[in-house]
Amino acid sequence: MSSETPLLKVDAVQRFFDVSKPWLNRVLANEPKLLLKAVDDISFSIRKGETFSLVGESGCGKSTVARLIVGLYPTSSGSIEFEGTDFSTLSKRNQMAPLRRRMTMIFQDPYTSLNPRWRVRDIIAEPIRAFGLTNTGGISGSRLQIFNRVAELLEQVGLSAADGDKYPHEFSGGQCQRISIARALASEPDFIVCDEPTSALDVSVQAQILNLMKNLQRELELTYLFISHDLAVVYHVSDNIGVMYLGRLCEIADKETLFTNPRHPYTRMLFNAIPDINMSGKERIPVSGEVPNPIEPPSGCTFHPRCPIANERCKRERPELQIVDSHSQVACHAIEEKRNMEVHFI
Amino acid sequence: MSVPLLQINNLSIEFNTRRGNLVAVEDISFEVAEGEIFGIVGESGAGKSLTGKAIIGLLEAPGRISGGKILLNNERIDNLPYEQMRRLRGKSIGMVFQDPLTSLNPLYTIGRQLIETIQTHTNHTATQAKNRALELLREVGIPAAEKRIDQFPHQFSGGMRQRVVIALALCVNPKLIIADEPTTALDVSIQAQILTLLKNLCRKHGTAVILITHDMGVIAETANRVAVMYAGKIAEIGPVREVVQNPQHPYAQGLMASIPVIGRKMKYLAQIDGSMPRIAERPSGCAFHPRCPHAIELCNKQIPELLNKGKTKAACLLFRNGNP
Repeated sequence: MSSETPLLKVDAVQRFFDVSKPWLNRVLANEPKLLLKAVDDISFSIRKGETFSLVGESGCGKSTVARLIVGLYPTSSGSIEFEGTDFSTLSKRNQMAPLRRRMTMIFQDPYTSLNPRWRVRDIIAEPIRAFGLTNTGGISGSRLQIFNRVAELLEQVGLSAADGDKYPHEFSGGQCQRISIARALASEPDFIVCDEPTSALDVSVQAQILNLMKNLQRELELTYLFISHDLAVVYHVSDNIGVMYLGRLCEIADKETLFTNPRHPYTRMLFNAIPDINMSGKERIPVSGEVPNPIEPPSGCTFHPRCPIANERCKRERPELQIVDSHSQVACHAIEEKRNMEVHFI
Repeated sequence: MSVPLLQINNLSIEFNTRRGNLVAVEDISFEVAEGEIFGIVGESGAGKSLTGKAIIGLLEAPGRISGGKILLNNERIDNLPYEQMRRLRGKSIGMVFQDPLTSLNPLYTIGRQLIETIQTHTNHTATQAKNRALELLREVGIPAAEKRIDQFPHQFSGGMRQRVVIALALCVNPKLIIADEPTTALDVSIQAQILTLLKNLCRKHGTAVILITHDMGVIAETANRVAVMYAGKIAEIGPVREVVQNPQHPYAQGLMASIPVIGRKMKYLAQIDGSMPRIAERPSGCAFHPRCPHAIELCNKQIPELLNKGKTKAACLLFRNGNP
């Protein structure tokens, strides 16, 4: 959306999982290979210092995108560029490490993402040791340096330096998430992928964590990829938002545009389904139907069976993301043809 | 309104452990009228689910009711013997749990589970029970009920499973349904479907619902009255509109302010510092006083009672003598 080089550029990335039966069974039964298209041709870019969010229902491929970006899964095709360097061109660990250091991840469940047998100090120090981020020579010197750095990180996320001696089970969910954040910050990253960082937390704790993340973003000039299914949280944290459905992006827009003027029928449905805390008396229109089986997705536009304004073309032809105006991109035939959809949505 | 359907009077729930008695829920009282949707909200560990389990008699040892009464239609149900409680459960009180996959038996078909429940509580013959089961499945919006009735839980999606669980809870027309986080495991779009369904069915059958959740949005659009729980006590109780839009108790105020709202622009969310004390470490006096911005000296000595404040009742010493 702007001319400068983005920090992260995801270009036509696909990720398929082979979910077919074992080879012998398949051959004997003469069945074809079954592929689950978890992420199918996704492109977006994130500028430095912004928060880009991915929203969508469970199973739409949000978390797979996160894992592809940090390199937990290899891509099936397409490229992921970080500051103009394509990851697929780097093959050796020592080529990748300097880039990998700059992107880290915060996971959803704070209890299972921390090793229960390690002290908090060691958990946070692991990236520092792994990337060799101490500069003084000698083991005792670097040990002291790590100790001080961990204390500093703990204080930065609102815990005390003495908490480093404890084990993860001694902390509440919110505090564990703070430890995860401290670990993510330990390698001095520029870019953090946050996969549902607050979904396991209570609202009051969620507010603390979101505020902490915002503070850190400002102090350390971080860039976030934020993944969530909670639209109110997404509204609060994001600059730009991508809406995903069945492994594809159906709309990308900046926050204001998306929330005041959602275009794609799926986005509109999703917004209609949000519980209304202001109690304006507006009736929620429940989304009809459910997410189809991703192994056998519907033909054409995958949303057509649930879409009130779908026609023959939607069943045949897959829509691609198209730039609607300077603020948004939408993948929908109905938008392109300017079909009237006001009758179906309020 | 004469006698309310359900009355909870001064209910306390305790856990006897080797390290002494832990009081999880302390002295809570509320009423649920017939056909009403009553919400209970609070953070995890506040005692919401325990309250629900105590009502239906499913507290697990070492948890026990240590004081107070639970009255259903003016009859005590908290001290019933096991057999009698078992008959009451399902017939007068139904329950919907959070995770629909674990609350259905994976080895039996949906139909068999429904028929078993119906036959346990009524004198229906097998055919009558099956017809009733089909009728229920249609009522909760399961397409092709005749085909689906012979399928197993794993063949249903999350939302469909929760519909089956609701059908199970409704199958003998109970007077009261306890729904413990019924939509937490579901996506927002499915959540809207399930809530609408629950609301419509209960309106149609005149069933009262106790809706336990941590999601204020769900409460705001579903419930009639709501109780906000904090550290085993009710902090505030009143009509939903009042509690959500004009909360009185400092905890309820903090909780409402910390919820992000679409369309409200702000740099930072309001936050309550600290976290809810663990059950063994609850402070003296008002349990909220260490985190309360308005705490006065008296707060760590005196346990506040629920006092009328505007249209709601709040347990806060600030409101004694009708003060602000």
